[in-house]
Amino acid sequence: MNTQVIIDASYLAAAFLFIFGLKRMSSPVTARSGIVVAGLGMLVATLASFLYVFGIHGEAQPHLTTNVILAAAALAIGTGWAWWSGKKVAMTAMPQMVALYNGMGGGAAAAIAAVELLRTSAVHETVSLVVTIIGALIGAISLAGSLIAWAKLDGKINGTWRIKGQQAFNGLVFLSTLALGMYIVFGAQGHAPVGLVAAFFIGALIFGVLMTMPIGGADMPVVISLYNAFTGLAVGFEGYVLQNPALMIAGMVVGSAGTLLTLLMAKAMNRSVANVIFSNFGATGDEQQGEIKGSMKPAEAGDAAVNMRYASKVIIAPGYGLAVAQAQHKLFEFVKLLSEAGVDVKFAIHPVAGRMPGHMNVLLAEAGVPYDMIYDLEDINGEFKEADVAIVIGANDTVNPAARTNKSSPIYGMPILNVDQAKQVYVIKRGQGKGYSGVENELFFADNCNLVYGDALKVMVSMIQAVKSLEGGH
Amino acid sequence: MDLTVTLTGFVALYIFMLAAFTGYEIIGRVPAILHTPLMSGSNFVHGIVVVGAMFALLNATSTVEQVIGFFGVLLGAGNAAGGYVVTERMLEMFKPSDKKTGEKPAK
Repeated sequence: MNTQVIIDASYLAAAFLFIFGLKRMSSPVTARSGIVVAGLGMLVATLASFLYVFGIHGEAQPHLTTNVILAAAALAIGTGWAWWSGKKVAMTAMPQMVALYNGMGGGAAAAIAAVELLRTSAVHETVSLVVTIIGALIGAISLAGSLIAWAKLDGKINGTWRIKGQQAFNGLVFLSTLALGMYIVFGAQGHAPVGLVAAFFIGALIFGVLMTMPIGGADMPVVISLYNAFTGLAVGFEGYVLQNPALMIAGMVVGSAGTLLTLLMAKAMNRSVANVIFSNFGATGDEQQGEIKGSMKPAEAGDAAVNMRYASKVIIAPGYGLAVAQAQHKLFEFVKLLSEAGVDVKFAIHPVAGRMPGHMNVLLAEAGVPYDMIYDLEDINGEFKEADVAIVIGANDTVNPAARTNKSSPIYGMPILNVDQAKQVYVIKRGQGKGYSGVENELFFADNCNLVYGDALKVMVSMIQAVKSLEGGH
Repeated sequence: MDLTVTLTGFVALYIFMLAAFTGYEIIGRVPAILHTPLMSGSNFVHGIVVVGAMFALLNATSTVEQVIGFFGVLLGAGNAAGGYVVTERMLEMFKPSDKKTGEKPAK
């Protein structure tokens, strides 16, 4: 039987399994089986690819043994390293790992394009060449950009790097790279010298670095999501070049899904994607604000805990600060105590809490919080009015009522959790600092708000003790 | 029977268009709670690029092509394997509350 038919059938199966798997991943009930289904598709497609050895170009025949050994070695090393690193990474570090793996995919797409462009013997069609170049450009940008995103999130690069006229400089690098790409396609008809092809890739990589360097850590969720979409598109385009439907379908599905996710994320921050990439948000956030009335009132952790123990409804608004303090397990222990005492406890998650879309949900899930206690912003915002206590842990801008009321505020218009509408608000905070936007939070000065100062982990421990000693007194 | 098709011109555009709508529909109705695992899951899915990289490597004729192809497969395999592991680890943690409420009450 023709091996090509087996390969094609495997790709069809893989495409089906990917889409079916992703579909199952879109509900918490079936999500676990979804990734297994998609994984099966990957296994089928990868194994089938070894059948390529029966249909390779005549010229590559003498190199076959070396190439097969190289392929097996690369598969083993890549899979082994990624498997090991993926198993040991902490949940808080997940966003940078996803960024890293994503960059690798972009790099692989760029590598395919490079091999195609260097294959001097091949006859290149113009359309195919254009697609190769575009895929190469996007893939290389995604590789370099994802690596920078990874380094930033991992704390290897601190702060942002901005120079005067940076956008003009970036534009110049991009246009030069594009011009090189156009020369390779239309000038050299795909038979450009190795040096030019290398220059094209180096230009694309430099642009990826330049584009990501000025973006602050807090905007990384949007950026990672964007590069995820980029890699998907690059893979889809290289799939066209290789006439491989599995790559075309999988790449384009991810490209469009990733684009949508990026837009959703940006919308949750009330900013456009262009604004995230080209503006210097956070650097110029100290414009004069209106006078805020009232004062910050401190509260003891124990008092706050007792107050919650005798409340009938408590809503918790966690932010990334909770995860930084590693307090999510203690928080859930406290929540369980409250639930056992008959208190209705819910978690309210802002779409941009954490460092990746939905990152907070994962961190809470890690602590064992069942997903049906966790609510999205739209679903919970109406309930704050009925809540006796709202407690904010390690969040700031996402609960700032200025986003609703103060038109001059830089965060005006951003959807927020309406914690200020609860009867009593507690904010657990390390100090009196501002959120990443540099905006003072009116919530902290409100009459119904008290601040519990301290490390989130220590505060949770004393809250648990307070409630437990209460139970012991019976 | 000849099953060979060339995926050029309009056929390719149809594939791209339908795939784009599929991706849009899958993500469009997902609750925010699953955004991270799903992003990680879609990150895994584009790890299929490893298959294309293998094709490029197996057909390599020069040392330069072999080196680039080797790194292509290496990176692609890392994308696929890493994406799978972290997605599975995340999804494993999502549990409904009925398993939790059965727990013994704390003292």
